[in-house]
Amino acid sequence: MRIDALDKSGLRSPLQRFLKLILRDKAGLFGVILFGFIIVVAVLAPYVAPHDPVQQNLRISRQPPAWHEDGSWEHPLGTDNLGRDMLSRIIYGSRVSLTVGFLGVVIASSIGLLLGMVAGYVGGRTDNIIMGVANLFLAIPYLLLVVVVAAVLGRSLLNVILIFGFTNAPLFVRITRGEVLRIRKSGYVESAIGLGASQARILFDHILPNLIGPLLTVATFEMSGMIFYEAGLGFLGLSVPPGIPSWGNMLAAGRQYIQFSPWIAAFPGLAIVCTSLSMNLLGDWLRDLLDPKIRRSAS
Amino acid sequence: MTDTGNAAAFVRVRGLKQHFPITRGVIFSRKIGAVRAVDDISFDIPQGETLGLVGESGCGKSTTGRSVLRLYRPTAGSVTIGDLEISALSERQLRAERPKMQMIFQDSYSSLNPRHSVAKIVAEPLIIQGHNNAAQVRERVQQLLELVGLEPEHMKRYPHEFSGGQRQRIGIARALALNPQFVVCDEPISALDVSIQAQVVNLLVRLQRELGLTYLFIAHDLSMVRHISHRIAVMYLGKIMELARYDELFQNPMHPYTQSLMSAVPIPEPEVEKSRSRILLKGDVPSPANPPSGCVFSTRCPFATERCQREVPQPRQLRPGHTVACHNVDDPAVAEDIRLSGHKIVSSLQDAASSGPDRVFASALPGGAS
Amino acid sequence: MNPILEVRDLHVHFDTVDGTVHAVNGVSLDLFAGETLGVVGESGSGKSVSMMSLLRLIPQPPGRIVSGSARFRPASGDLDLLSLGKREMAAIRGNRIGFIFQDPMSSLNPLLTIGDQIRESIEQHTSKRDAQARRRAIQLLDQVGIPDPEARYRNYPHQFSGGMRQRVMIAIAIACDPDIVIADEPTTALDVTVQAQIVDLMNRLSADLGIAVIWISHDLGVVAGIAHHLLVMYGGTVVEYGAVDQLYAHPRHPYTIGLLGALPKLHVNEDELVNISGTPPSLFSPPQQCPFEPRCPWAFETCLNSQPPLFDISPDTGSRHASACWYDLDRDKPRASGQPVAEWDKEDATL
Repeated sequence: MRIDALDKSGLRSPLQRFLKLILRDKAGLFGVILFGFIIVVAVLAPYVAPHDPVQQNLRISRQPPAWHEDGSWEHPLGTDNLGRDMLSRIIYGSRVSLTVGFLGVVIASSIGLLLGMVAGYVGGRTDNIIMGVANLFLAIPYLLLVVVVAAVLGRSLLNVILIFGFTNAPLFVRITRGEVLRIRKSGYVESAIGLGASQARILFDHILPNLIGPLLTVATFEMSGMIFYEAGLGFLGLSVPPGIPSWGNMLAAGRQYIQFSPWIAAFPGLAIVCTSLSMNLLGDWLRDLLDPKIRRSAS
Repeated sequence: MTDTGNAAAFVRVRGLKQHFPITRGVIFSRKIGAVRAVDDISFDIPQGETLGLVGESGCGKSTTGRSVLRLYRPTAGSVTIGDLEISALSERQLRAERPKMQMIFQDSYSSLNPRHSVAKIVAEPLIIQGHNNAAQVRERVQQLLELVGLEPEHMKRYPHEFSGGQRQRIGIARALALNPQFVVCDEPISALDVSIQAQVVNLLVRLQRELGLTYLFIAHDLSMVRHISHRIAVMYLGKIMELARYDELFQNPMHPYTQSLMSAVPIPEPEVEKSRSRILLKGDVPSPANPPSGCVFSTRCPFATERCQREVPQPRQLRPGHTVACHNVDDPAVAEDIRLSGHKIVSSLQDAASSGPDRVFASALPGGAS
Repeated sequence: MNPILEVRDLHVHFDTVDGTVHAVNGVSLDLFAGETLGVVGESGSGKSVSMMSLLRLIPQPPGRIVSGSARFRPASGDLDLLSLGKREMAAIRGNRIGFIFQDPMSSLNPLLTIGDQIRESIEQHTSKRDAQARRRAIQLLDQVGIPDPEARYRNYPHQFSGGMRQRVMIAIAIACDPDIVIADEPTTALDVTVQAQIVDLMNRLSADLGIAVIWISHDLGVVAGIAHHLLVMYGGTVVEYGAVDQLYAHPRHPYTIGLLGALPKLHVNEDELVNISGTPPSLFSPPQQCPFEPRCPWAFETCLNSQPPLFDISPDTGSRHASACWYDLDRDKPRASGQPVAEWDKEDATL
C-alpha cells in the first residue's frame, strides 16, 4: 500500500512564499530595514561620521541644523554647546547603545537559558529554589542597584552591561522554564525517552532547538528596553562617563539649552525612539515568522 | 485481579497502580491527596495478540499504557514483558531494554519534533541505540518508510508538510525501527478522519501479522477496538470493569458500564439508531482525585444497590475467559434485569447487522464482484 | 413548501501565504422548517466553513465570501443573509439563528455566571428584562436538563462538566426561540455516553420547539440518529444529498459508500476495513474535475475533465436524493446525457 506523494498543485513556490511572508507585515519590514541600517552605521561609525565626535570648536557652538538659516551642510544636524558635530556624536552614540543592548541580552539570556533549563527539566526543589531566587531578583529596583554600583565602582559601560544582564536574567529564566515544561510534556520528548535516549540527547537535541524561537523574540524586546533604559541612566548621569558620546549623555547635555537650541536634545531623543521602535517592530515580526501556526493563516 | 484467560502470557501486568500526588506549597510542598489514575489493574496479553483498552476520557487508559512502558514509575504492581520484569529494572538497564517495547502516540503533530526532518525522526531510535553506520541507517530508514507506505523522497521533508495520516505513519515507522516485540498504541487514530483511520488501522493489523507484534491498543471508540482486538478490557475511573474476548464481550456484555457504553456508540443505520435500546447514563465521570467509595461506577449505575456504595467489587471470572467486577451480575435481586438489558442492547445491534448499504466500495475494483 | 433556508452556489476562499484556499466551491442546500439537516464531511471538506460563513462567523480576512446567496425566510420576512449589513446580521445571529460550537468552554465567559450569560442573550434580543429574563433563563436551564436550575444559575462555567457546559450552550442557542440552530460538531469533544445524552436532548428540543437544526459532524453514526436529511461534503463541494433512510441504505456517491465502509461495524466481523487510499484534494487550485476522482474506483475520463453537477436521483417514493457523480451507480455505467440535474444546480444555470 502506498499513498500519494504530497500534493503541491496550486501551492506557491518556497521563494514566493517567503517573499509573501516578509511583505505581509509592512511595519515589520520597516523595522527590519531600520534596525539593519542602525547596525551598519554603528559598525562603520569611523567611516560614515563626517567629524571626530569629541572634537570641540567653541566658535561654532550651538550651530543649528543645515536647513536652518544659520546652519551649514558642514554640520548637517548642527553642533552642541561645545561645538561638537551632532551627527557624528549620534553615530558614535549608537555604538554605546547597541553594545549595552546586545551584551546585556547575551548575558541575561545565557543565565536565563541555563537556569531556566535546569529549573524546568530537573523540577522539584531545584525548580522551587531557582524560581524563588529569580523572583527575589525581580523585586530589587534596578535603579537602586545602578546608583549603588555607580557610587562604589564608578561609572563604566561594563557595570551598566552587567547590571542589565543580571537584572533581566529572571525574565529569561521564567520564559525558558515555561517553554521547557511545555516541550518536556510533548510527544516527541516522551517518544525519545521511550526510545532510551540519554538526558543530554533530550536536552540538546529536542529541547534546546525548540527554545531558540521564543527566546529570540523576547531577546529583541528586551534589547530595545535596555537601549531605552541605558539612555535614561545616561540622562541621570549614571551610565558611561561624560566624555564618551552616548545618547543619554547627549540628552542630558542638551537639556539646559532646550529652549533656544532644541536640536541638541531633540536628535539624540529621536535616535532613541527610532531604535526602540525598530526593535519592537522587529520583535513582532520575528514572533509571527517563528510561529508556525500564525505562519499558516492570515494574509 | 485474576485473569487466567491465557497461560502463555507475553505481557503480564499485576496489581498495577499509578497514583499522582496532589501537592500544595512552594519550597516545602506537602502531599494533600492523590489522583488515582490507575488503581490496581491486572491483565495478560499473549504473544502476537491485541488487547484493546477502552474507556472514556479520564478513565486512566493512556496512563496505563505509559505505566506499562515505564514512562511513568508505577506506584505499585509489576509488569513483565517476555521474561523481563520491567518494573524491577534500574534506569540504566531500562534504557537498554527500551527497543523491545515502543509506543505510537495519539497526537502525531506534537509527537514529531517540528525541527527534525523525517529522515532524522525515523533514524533517531537507531542513533540512540548506537547504530552509527550512516549508509546502513539510511537504508533502514528507507526500508521503514516503505513498510508504512511512505515514499523515500519524503525523507527530507518536515512534519508540518504532511497530513495527519501521513504523520501517524512516520510515528509508526519510528516505533518499529528497533524491531520491538510489544507496541502500545495510544489512541493512534482518534485524531484522524474516518477514511484515514481505516488506512492506519489496516496498516497496524498488517504489521502485526507480518512482524508478529503484540499490541496494547488504547481507544475510546468501541467499534474500532472491537475490530482490531483479540480481547478487550473496559476501564472506568482507573479500574478494569470487564475483560473478555471480543466476540464474547459483544455477545454477552455483563457489566452495566460495558452495556451503557455499547448502547451509546452511534451506529450508521438510521432505523437502528431511532429504535435501539439504550442505557442513558446520568451525569459525567467523577474526578479520579475523589472517586466514589465502593464501586467507582455506583454513582451512575442504573442497577446500583446499597452494597455497591460500600464494597469495592473484585474482578471475578464468571464465564470462561470473561471477568467482571460487579456485585450485581449474579445477585438474584437484579441479575435478571442486568442480563435482560444486555440482551436487548445486543439484539438491537444484531438487527443492524442485517441491514446496511446496498453498495460497497470495493465492488468496482478489479477482481471485485458487484 | 418553501425551505426556511435556501443556500445557492456559495463560494468561500481563504487567502494564506501559501496561496488561495478554495474552501467552499459552490455549495447549495435547502433546509426545511423543523427538520434536522446533517452535514457530514472530513476535515477540510468545507462543512464548517460553509455553514459558519452563512452567519459570517469566519474570520474575514483571511476568509472571503466570493459569491452565492442564502435566502432566509423567517415568519417576519425573506432576506439574503450574505447581503445583510453588520448590524442586521447581529440582530439575526443568536436571535433568529442560534449556534452551538464544538468547545463550549471557549464560547463561555469564565468570569460571568452561567445565568448572567443566558440572561445577556435574552436581554439583547427580546424585551424581557431583570426578573422576567431571569425566570426565562432558569426555565431554559431546566429545559436542557440541568438539575437544580435555580442554584446552577449562579454557578460559573468551570463548575460545570463538559456535558453540562454543552447543555448551557444549547440553552443560549434556543433562548430566543430561533428558527434555525447551527450546531458545529457539538458532541465531538464529549465522551460517547455524554454524547448520547446530548443527541437525545437535541432530538427532543427540536421536535418540541419546531427548530430547524443544521448538525455538522464528521461521524456518520451520530447524524444517523438525529438527521432527516443528510448533506455529504468533500473537497468543498456537496457530493451527495438525500433523506437519511434513502442515503444510508442506497448511497449513490462513491465517497459516501467508502465512508460507510471505512467505519468498523459493532456487530460484524470484517477482515479489513474499506481502504479509501490517498488523501483529500489540495484546495489551492480551483476545482476543474471531480474532487474525489483520484481516490475513486469507479472513475473514468469524464471525471477528469469536468466537475459533476448534483444529479437528481430521487426515487419514486417521494424522498429526495441527489448525487454529484458522473457514474450511474443504479445502472452501473457512465451517466447518460440529459439526466435531470437537481433543482439547485438548475437555478444556478439560469442565474
